[in-house]
Amino acid sequence: MSGLVLDARGVTLRRGSREVLRGVDLQVGRGELVALMGLSGGGKTTFLRAVAGLEAFDEGTLSVDGVQLQPGSVPSAEVLRALRRKVGMVFQFHYLFEHMTAIHNVWLAPVHVHKVPRTEAERRARALLDQMGVAARAHALPRELSGGEAQRVAIARALAVDPPLLLMDEPTASLDPARRDELGETLTRLTQSGRTLLAATHDDDFVRDHADRVVVMADGRVVEQGIPSQVLTSPRHPATRQLLSQKKTPNAGASTHE
Amino acid sequence: MNAVRRGRPQLAIVWLAIVLLAATVAAQPPAAAGELRWGGDPEGGSPYVEADPRDPTLVVGFDVDVATLIAKALGVRPRFVSVQFASIDASVKRGDFVIGMSGIEDTPARRATLAVTVPYYEFREVITVRAADAARFRALADLRGKRVGTLGGTIAYEILLKAQENLGIVAVSYDDDVHPYSDLVLGRLDAVLLDHVLAEKAMRRERGLATQPATVAVGHYVGVLDRGNAALRDRIDQILRVAMRDGSLEAIFRRWGIWNDDQPKLYARVRGTPTAAAGGGTDGTASEAAASYGGGPMDASTAVVRYLPALVSAALITIVLSCLSMALAVMAGVLVASGRVYGGPVLRGVLTVYVELTRGTPVLLQLFVLYYGLAEVVRLPAFVAALLGLGLNYAAYESEIYRSALEAVPRGQLEAARVLGLSERQVFALVRGPQALRLALAPMTNDFVALLKDSSLVSVLTVVELTKQTQIFAANLGSWVVPGALCAMLYLAMSLPLSRAARRMEAKWKAPTS
Repeated sequence: MSGLVLDARGVTLRRGSREVLRGVDLQVGRGELVALMGLSGGGKTTFLRAVAGLEAFDEGTLSVDGVQLQPGSVPSAEVLRALRRKVGMVFQFHYLFEHMTAIHNVWLAPVHVHKVPRTEAERRARALLDQMGVAARAHALPRELSGGEAQRVAIARALAVDPPLLLMDEPTASLDPARRDELGETLTRLTQSGRTLLAATHDDDFVRDHADRVVVMADGRVVEQGIPSQVLTSPRHPATRQLLSQKKTPNAGASTHE
Repeated sequence: MNAVRRGRPQLAIVWLAIVLLAATVAAQPPAAAGELRWGGDPEGGSPYVEADPRDPTLVVGFDVDVATLIAKALGVRPRFVSVQFASIDASVKRGDFVIGMSGIEDTPARRATLAVTVPYYEFREVITVRAADAARFRALADLRGKRVGTLGGTIAYEILLKAQENLGIVAVSYDDDVHPYSDLVLGRLDAVLLDHVLAEKAMRRERGLATQPATVAVGHYVGVLDRGNAALRDRIDQILRVAMRDGSLEAIFRRWGIWNDDQPKLYARVRGTPTAAAGGGTDGTASEAAASYGGGPMDASTAVVRYLPALVSAALITIVLSCLSMALAVMAGVLVASGRVYGGPVLRGVLTVYVELTRGTPVLLQLFVLYYGLAEVVRLPAFVAALLGLGLNYAAYESEIYRSALEAVPRGQLEAARVLGLSERQVFALVRGPQALRLALAPMTNDFVALLKDSSLVSVLTVVELTKQTQIFAANLGSWVVPGALCAMLYLAMSLPLSRAARRMEAKWKAPTS
């Protein structure tokens, strides 16, 4: 097996006559924290959904830690089952199961998918929540959690099944700056233990401080990539420049680049 | 301006039309001059009152002829008012018509609450059995443990209830006089006790039946009027006496083929006695059957004491039937909804047809088809047919609730579950189903309360539940006030705790699951 956890080549995805992805090439190595940036509508979320097997793509190849996804219709149940063990996903709006407590959300898949005994699964779920700093909220319902708490419970839920690749959609959207750094440190710890992270984000502060690499998507393609300090300070592609100028304005207000 | 002016007369015409129409309706007389409004149940059928096969807006029958005879003698035109048999007493008190005549039996209860005419026909209560059983079932005493059917709210039913206590038969009440005999042929009953007129009619209709010659009881048909109409009743009594003497009654009954030797004896007795005192005492010809079986008229408190146990056990049937039907409806509803959400096009099509057919036709019709229509193929016991009918009917409504609830569960919840590796079945069982059920709980509670009340419809399948028992009670008592109040109280006593239990369950389900 190569060092690549994610290997996407020429991934194309159409919705009707519109091409949402137009040949995405992206390789991510084990233990990398890669940030996926780009304007809204650039295809970031769609790409994550294709990698997670939530959406079928039309052309190209996708391989996740040795599991090959073919273009065409939805993957077979067998491929899907293999894929689910490789990929976890944290959604932008978390999608915690509303009728279950935080800890139940976390142990659900280990018990029902991986057949871990309930007491063991609960013990590990508690440890994960503790690791994410939300152990005190273990028995709260999702609607009783703050955005940041829900975010961390959602990460714990995704980690509970121990996927080599963790996809995150706007992980810092519901966090204040202090929480954002906490999350960054947590994610860095995860990558140090060999987990690979791919996060779609608009948050260039987060990217600058915590990502190993930044990949910029525009118009359904990867247009630029490199280490954050380089890409973010001297962007080469017009789309990256436009992105940075736009994103600075609402976020930091004071420092406008134009 | 011009348009407005032109508009006004048109508006005025519309108003005039409405006022005229309202006036016509308001003037619709309970006692219009020149008319005798009389009420009967055309479902009772030949030879009493039945819709004329040649013109269904007209009725024919011996009761029609007697009513016509009375109207003629009063110098007015007869005008027929259709009414349910069980409602005739209440209707005549309301003033829907002046006199009710539809094979109405002379009973002490009627005499206590209505102005009753002299009897104009004497009938015998007779037992009809399958021809094969003619030798062994000769009298009620031979029918211990057997099911014996009759028309509800009649002297015959009172006799059967007594026999249920004394002789151990099983009394089964029907809403009409046709199905007891067809069920007898089918083997759902072992005997039928009814008026000989009905028995003879059934013998002509059904094959393989035998009517025993022995008379179980004797009763009389009378006309009923409101007590306020005692004077008119006295005039009608005079008219009937004259008709007995001049042979015109005999001619009517001969025409309908039910004249026999009992009638001249009855007429001799009637003519020999004076008109009953206003207020309806007995006039010497009061039904022997009613006198010996029905007991005297009751006051309200006696009535409550006597009927409350029967009402409570009928309420028990209502609640058991409702709970079982709801359980069936919920299970079938979940299956139908899942099939419509997850199934292939063929399954979806079939289930859609089921749901639309069930929701688009009356549950009463479905019950009839299930019990009587399918009887040639499968003979469902009444309670099972009632349970299936209500359960499958409500399943259609439940399935729509679940379907919309399933579709209301956000897609993100399902995708989150799929990404975790849950199979579609697990997504349904662990995430989608439980969330949908929470959404469905309020409308489900609503349906359960509705089902509790709709369960009264199964009385058409001879299941005596709370409403039916109340009807029987009211018919015997000649008043709806006390039975109606008791019945309402019992329904509330069942539905209020149900609603409370549902609210508790809802609260519990909103709480965390671990």
